[in-house]
Amino acid sequence: MHPVELIGVSKSYDKAEAVLTDIDLSIEEGEFFVLVGPSGSGKSTLLRMIAGLESITSGTIRMNNKIVNHLPPKDRNLSMVFQNYALYPHLTVEQNILFGLRAKKVDKAEQQRRLKETAEMMGLTDLLTRKPKQLSGGQRQRVALARSVVSEAPLCLMDEPLSNLDAKLRAHMRIEIRRLQKKLGLTMIYVTHDQVEAMTMGDRIMVLNDGQIQQIGKPIELYNEPANLFVASFIGSPKMNMGQAMIDNQHLIIEDTVNLPLNVAEIPQVIKRKGITVGVRPEHLLYAKPEEANLFLEIINVEHLGHETLLTFEVGTQLWTAKWLGQWMLEVGQRVPLKLLTKHISFYDSQSGQLMQAPLNKSQLEVVAL
Amino acid sequence: MTMSVKRKVLLYLLLTLTACIVFAPTFIALMMSFMTSQEIMTGQIIPSSLSFENYLEVFQRFPLMRYLLNSLVASLLIMLGQLIVASLSAYAFVFIDFKGRDLIFFIFIATMMVPFEASIIPNFHTIRDLNWINSYQGLAVPFFAMAFGTFLLRQNFKQIPKELKEASEIAGIGDFKFFLTVVLPVAKTSLLTLAVYGFLTSWNMYLWPLLATTDDRYRTVQFGLRQLQSQEQLNEWGIIMAGAIIVVIPTLILLFLGQKKLQQGLTEGALK
Repeated sequence: MHPVELIGVSKSYDKAEAVLTDIDLSIEEGEFFVLVGPSGSGKSTLLRMIAGLESITSGTIRMNNKIVNHLPPKDRNLSMVFQNYALYPHLTVEQNILFGLRAKKVDKAEQQRRLKETAEMMGLTDLLTRKPKQLSGGQRQRVALARSVVSEAPLCLMDEPLSNLDAKLRAHMRIEIRRLQKKLGLTMIYVTHDQVEAMTMGDRIMVLNDGQIQQIGKPIELYNEPANLFVASFIGSPKMNMGQAMIDNQHLIIEDTVNLPLNVAEIPQVIKRKGITVGVRPEHLLYAKPEEANLFLEIINVEHLGHETLLTFEVGTQLWTAKWLGQWMLEVGQRVPLKLLTKHISFYDSQSGQLMQAPLNKSQLEVVAL
Repeated sequence: MTMSVKRKVLLYLLLTLTACIVFAPTFIALMMSFMTSQEIMTGQIIPSSLSFENYLEVFQRFPLMRYLLNSLVASLLIMLGQLIVASLSAYAFVFIDFKGRDLIFFIFIATMMVPFEASIIPNFHTIRDLNWINSYQGLAVPFFAMAFGTFLLRQNFKQIPKELKEASEIAGIGDFKFFLTVVLPVAKTSLLTLAVYGFLTSWNMYLWPLLATTDDRYRTVQFGLRQLQSQEQLNEWGIIMAGAIIVVIPTLILLFLGQKKLQQGLTEGALK
């Protein structure tokens, strides 16, 4: 039994443009599920359809094996946190938190018990008599969370709840939300446009673009084996380095500038010889001693992040980035020797954008399972 | 804002001048209300002595208290009626999605172009057929549905984030409860503006009470003032002015109390 199940769900406005097409999705109990995609990809619409705030054009939505297509939001037993928090400006924090419970006619003593418990959990005990205007962004966010927690609904929907916070607070709230979800055993559906948020918070991620599912999977799967060019460029920061390539006589030629020897037998799934797009993660563009290097590139920009250094190179028409651990004192204009291994390259069909061959060796930083 | 001194002086001179021109009739009326008839005839502006005789006279000779009460009741009724009708319709135009909503709204707004005088005959027929001539409801009901009020409140309601409505929907709060517990308190300022505006316009109404009432028991003050004038061959201007001053007082009180809110409310929709 899945808390939420979508079968062939589509949405279009005015019978014209399709906002979402053929969404099939099932969410497990107690799962932190992230919907991620660029703005306009339809992720918020999808969330609002699950909430019942938006009608669906075709398909079926099931919750706990019950079809809920036409069920109003209040009967779906869920809570929702909005991007702008949707706090009632004329009510105090306490009234805001209890607003929904009053409507549901929950017993007074029970209301107070839940209020006390939630306020303590969220650190709002001292703020209960304040109005939303007198709160900081982070505090408002916590009130919005408290309102959703206090309802004790098993399913919680969040629509970009962190996008109005500054970077530091955002990182902090990421952890808090995650902890809260685990502690309460909530099933969470979380919408964001920020791939870092998606990677760090989600048990599973669904990447959405132009109203179509690009890929569903665990964060690490999405990172290691992006199913198509869109996911490859969307997940990961700095983004994956891409280049047009062709295979000619046991050589891989990228962007007409890089020429690497290649054993075609290593990549059996790449049948095409032309119209290939290759992708390399920045951490796989390794520094090598000049005699071991198979690639020399000129630095056009250096970014020092303290614990790592980002280097930008020009490869044909593309800009490639390398991410090296530690502090590298290099100058713009220097030519550096690099090593690029076939086992780190992913191969895509340029036309369809689909993955032909994932990197053979998943990652230099091996996936460690404890 | 930086403005040269010369410009400032000129501007303030102009403002003072226009203020004087605007305020002059009221000032003259106030002064005349303290004068005797003889003094008025001599064309003085400042009375030689303050006498309140005219005020006593007004109350003794005419049922001014009755008129004031009638005006108050009618104005309050109109004010309340407008608030209820305008806020409910504005709510529907903002928060309820129905087919042709915008079209209906524009037609609704277009009625603002039709002056009340143009619809006065059909209104009179309706009131007469309902036997509402000489009644408070006859005075008030035709003014309940005003496009202006709906327009003002709609602009204000539109600034309430849609998410508040959606959060309420998820919490299981119906339209009417959301309207009462969220929309009305949040839009307090605009409601107050509309209330003051509605009260003032109905207090100053003249033509409709003239038609809808034939009996002194339901006449309003503006009509009473007119009566003061025509009772005698020779107008006793002192008494008329005293009456006028009394009639203006409630309006002034309301304006002083609500000035700040009124300004806020009327400009709120425009600035954004």
